Amino acid sequence: MSEAVVEVHADHADHGPAKGLTRWLFTTNHKDIGTLYLWFSFLMFLIGGTMALIVRAELFQPGMQFVQPEFFNQMTTNHGLIMVFGAIMPAFVGLANWLLPMMVGAPDMALPRMNNLSFWILPFAFSLMISTLFMEEGGPNFGWTFYAPLSTEYAPDTVTFFIFSLHMIGASSIMGSINIIATILNMRAPGMTLMRMPLFVWTWLITAYLLLAVMPVLAGAVTMMLFDIHFGTSFFNAAGGGDPVMFQHIFWFFGHPEVYIMILPAFGIVSQIIPTFSRKPLFGYDSMVYAVASIAFLSFIVWAHHMFTVGMPIAGQLFFMYSTMLIAVPTGVKVFNWVSTMWRGSITFETPMLFAIAFVALFTIGGFSGLMLAITPADYQYHDTYFVVAHFHYVLVPGALFSIIAAVYYWLPKWCGKMYDESLGKLHFWLSFIGVNITFFPQHFSGLAGMPRRIPDYALQFADFNMVSSIGAYIFGFSQLLFLYVVIKTIRSGRPATARVWEAAHGLEWTLPSPVPYHTFTTPPKITEAEAHS
Amino acid sequence: MPNVNKNWLQGVVGFGLALLAVATRADELNMTQGVTAISRAVYDLHMLIFWVCVVSGIGVFGMMAWSLINHRKSRGHAAAQFHESTQMEILWTLIPVLILIGMAFPATQVLIQMYDTGGEDMTVEVRGYQWRWQYKYLDDDYNSTFGFFSSLTTPIDQRHNRTVKGENYLLEVDNPLRIPINRKVRFLVTSEDVIHAWWVPDFGIKRDAVPGMLNELWTIVEEPGIYRGQCTELCGKDHGFMPIVVEALPEAEYDAWYAQRLELEAARKQALSQTFSADELMAQGEEIYNTFCTSCHMPNGKGVPPVFPPLDGSDIATGPRRADHFAIVINGKTGTAMQAFGRQLDAAQLAAVIHYERHAWSNNAGDIIQPSDIVEFMSGQQ
Amino acid sequence: MQQSSERHNPAATQSAVRDTARKLCLIVVGMFGFGFALVPLYDLFCDITGLGGDTGDRYTYEAAELRVDKSRLVKVNFITNTNAGMPWKFWSEKGGVRVHPGEVKEVKFYVTNTTGRRMVGQAVPSVVPLAAAEYFHKTECFCFSSQLLEPGETLEMPLRFIVDSQLPANVKSISLSYALFDVTDFAASQTLLGDTAGGR
Repeated sequence: MSEAVVEVHADHADHGPAKGLTRWLFTTNHKDIGTLYLWFSFLMFLIGGTMALIVRAELFQPGMQFVQPEFFNQMTTNHGLIMVFGAIMPAFVGLANWLLPMMVGAPDMALPRMNNLSFWILPFAFSLMISTLFMEEGGPNFGWTFYAPLSTEYAPDTVTFFIFSLHMIGASSIMGSINIIATILNMRAPGMTLMRMPLFVWTWLITAYLLLAVMPVLAGAVTMMLFDIHFGTSFFNAAGGGDPVMFQHIFWFFGHPEVYIMILPAFGIVSQIIPTFSRKPLFGYDSMVYAVASIAFLSFIVWAHHMFTVGMPIAGQLFFMYSTMLIAVPTGVKVFNWVSTMWRGSITFETPMLFAIAFVALFTIGGFSGLMLAITPADYQYHDTYFVVAHFHYVLVPGALFSIIAAVYYWLPKWCGKMYDESLGKLHFWLSFIGVNITFFPQHFSGLAGMPRRIPDYALQFADFNMVSSIGAYIFGFSQLLFLYVVIKTIRSGRPATARVWEAAHGLEWTLPSPVPYHTFTTPPKITEAEAHS
Repeated sequence: MPNVNKNWLQGVVGFGLALLAVATRADELNMTQGVTAISRAVYDLHMLIFWVCVVSGIGVFGMMAWSLINHRKSRGHAAAQFHESTQMEILWTLIPVLILIGMAFPATQVLIQMYDTGGEDMTVEVRGYQWRWQYKYLDDDYNSTFGFFSSLTTPIDQRHNRTVKGENYLLEVDNPLRIPINRKVRFLVTSEDVIHAWWVPDFGIKRDAVPGMLNELWTIVEEPGIYRGQCTELCGKDHGFMPIVVEALPEAEYDAWYAQRLELEAARKQALSQTFSADELMAQGEEIYNTFCTSCHMPNGKGVPPVFPPLDGSDIATGPRRADHFAIVINGKTGTAMQAFGRQLDAAQLAAVIHYERHAWSNNAGDIIQPSDIVEFMSGQQ
Repeated sequence: MQQSSERHNPAATQSAVRDTARKLCLIVVGMFGFGFALVPLYDLFCDITGLGGDTGDRYTYEAAELRVDKSRLVKVNFITNTNAGMPWKFWSEKGGVRVHPGEVKEVKFYVTNTTGRRMVGQAVPSVVPLAAAEYFHKTECFCFSSQLLEPGETLEMPLRFIVDSQLPANVKSISLSYALFDVTDFAASQTLLGDTAGGR
């Protein structure tokens, strides 16, 4: 396997990072911005996780022990908002920033100044959102899905701040996506054809288009809310000829592609990691690309499966049931391809691989519960119960989150030039794996037993499941502090890493030294077939 | 058989058996089969898709487990280099599609049955409020015969862990919905404020209650009994505290109860022109206050300022202008959570609860409120 | 400080990037517009397909064209409900009627303003089963406009409707509900926005 041609600048004196805090405020370097996104998302993850632990503390036993129902609703709402918009999405953007330019042989992102703005909007937007929790009427308390009229006529005054922060977050995502697409389409090194790109680049290309398509629709929905609340319109107010159900249609037109936005980059990450530790190329690269594209396309025509109980006519119910069942097919193809990649490989079990394998298994379980939810008549019994909560936490926690953690373990040695402590990494993995299953598996049962979502207190038959789930949550939650420790310890005092880091890693980023220089691929590398994806 | 293969096989079989054992403890871990033809059809669909998933899971996880054990570098396994197979891709695209088409047929059938609301024997209106349900019975001509509110009765002491929780903690109400078995009951569901959802797991039916929109449900219950459900759409702070209790009675018992209820309704209408003693008003009023007012204004009347103002010592509840007090209870206060109780309570109930508020705790307005005062106020007089 | 892209990218790449960014912005603006377009599209979809319980606006017909199907009776029941925070009394003279498809029927509804201030109310209709909505025609309905009532005033409001003779045979009962809302504040601002308080 030939090495790519890389020209390294000898004179980095004027290219080096600025000194001090202003470096981080004004940086236009994709590596710095990637770092900012990742640390920000980790902070948000800890905040959102704390809210989850408050929820689980209250649900540990029947009866109200710690918080009032009003505050409980704020905790569930903000936990969802922060995890979706503050933790998962920015983490994936951070990974995109760090990796995409290096993976395609580009010196930086296409629009570096806009890149800086995209990041710095976020701390401002989330400070605004979180500050509403401390305001007189309390923060948003209507669920992360904020259905009207609970979120319009019946909302606390702070809903306006909530709307403004969502606008800002949306703007950040949109700008980030424009940057990502412009980079991938225009700045690939010569010879890096689309079908030679690493799968992580493909998944982010498609995800970015999804974001561009649906974040503006979310912006429209919250603007309509703003108008209903302040300017006397009646988009969602039946009194004025509007329709609360229309809110749900518009929200979920955004909402369903949104959940695929949160999982496609995960698919890309796992598709990079498994081949490396199986020492075998990714099985079915072309199919994997087509599968991701099909999933993205189908994601636009399934939205009303979130609304099966709202009172849609039967034709609508049937259409959305069929389209939702269909989306299982390309997803299944991907799972089969990952398993085939491992099959007859030469597998080792470093920490990134452990998280990636757990992803495949546990995301598949989440996919199975999703398939059950797709069956409309059965969904009448699952909808708005803990069965749904179990489903989406399986696809998001051992799904999206595990892929992010795997990515950090996989690429951190490349970014900072130091190896993490493998034993601690494995310990983190096992605690997380056990914790996540103890937390969320029983929730399938509480849902089947009849426990609704978003309730602060419950009937006695749900007690055992809830107690087990809460114990798991605390195990899982505190294990993430171990992750923080591992990352910091690595950056400060890890063993030096090699350029290749992992014996069978493929891709342009592994041809660079570890740690990667502040500027890389200032001259584009030559791409040959041997360097093509993995 | 080499050791590793035997271990693997044992592992898979063991896992499969565990799964089987778990799956057959239906009552503890699984969805209810319920007491209607629809709930059983839904349960069957659920089990069908569940087994499809289990078999698929065994296939996928089995392959993964085999691979993780046998294709390890530490066992000296060298990596093959194959990385594509159009044939396999086609196969594992087509086979799932065929399985899904197979699932779609029974699912479609059950859905069509669920949408067949015609030919009902009786109709009940179901209305969601923050935070209780109201049921109104309609006679054969669709006139409303009587209606009542169904509110959670679990005592606050149980919820605040001061006393032991009862068996039906959070799933008990003052007035359950009563319906006959073996008759097609049609439910017309809507909401008076935000979106709620009405769900009885044992009937296999759930529908959102949307303000400004009517939704339809039906059921034919086959076994008498008491069935409990909950609101399943976030509707505010007491979303978890507005349960649904349905008592399904044998036809003869239901008919008898219904007739008795009609008589009660006639008597209640007559009570509107009655006069009550202060003690009767206080007793009735306290009951109504505890059901409708305590979640915001608190049992001690102190409220939760500034959002829920105190009644104890308030000017409105003790001042001479009773009309102000009537107005706010009967008409509500726009822009706040204070609802127009004039539509939820009749004149006798309103008189009792207003009288109670004026004379409870440290209040002593020194007057007496009769149903006729309310009727006079509501017929538009200032 | 010069951006790394400016230093390392040829002008051709930079202009390609700008070009891409411009096109993508069009997508963003277009999708934002699409979000708002979903509002009338939603109504249009419901109108065309007849899905969604929308009974449409005032129905006009030629009396000579009406054919009454005397072979069957359809039960129509009326539900009146007033939204939380709307204190008016609202009731119908009858809970339900039986009509022949094609027959014109009138039912009286009543509202009373029980408060001491002038108020404006708006009734919003909704019909189930959804399949029947396109066959339920209102020729005269108080829901077509909002109603202003003085303190203490009671108003008699007629509903005149026809159940289409093409109503599918398997539909035997239709339920029509009216939800009455307080639109006093809303009506005050309507003078700026024109009459959008049409019935559905």
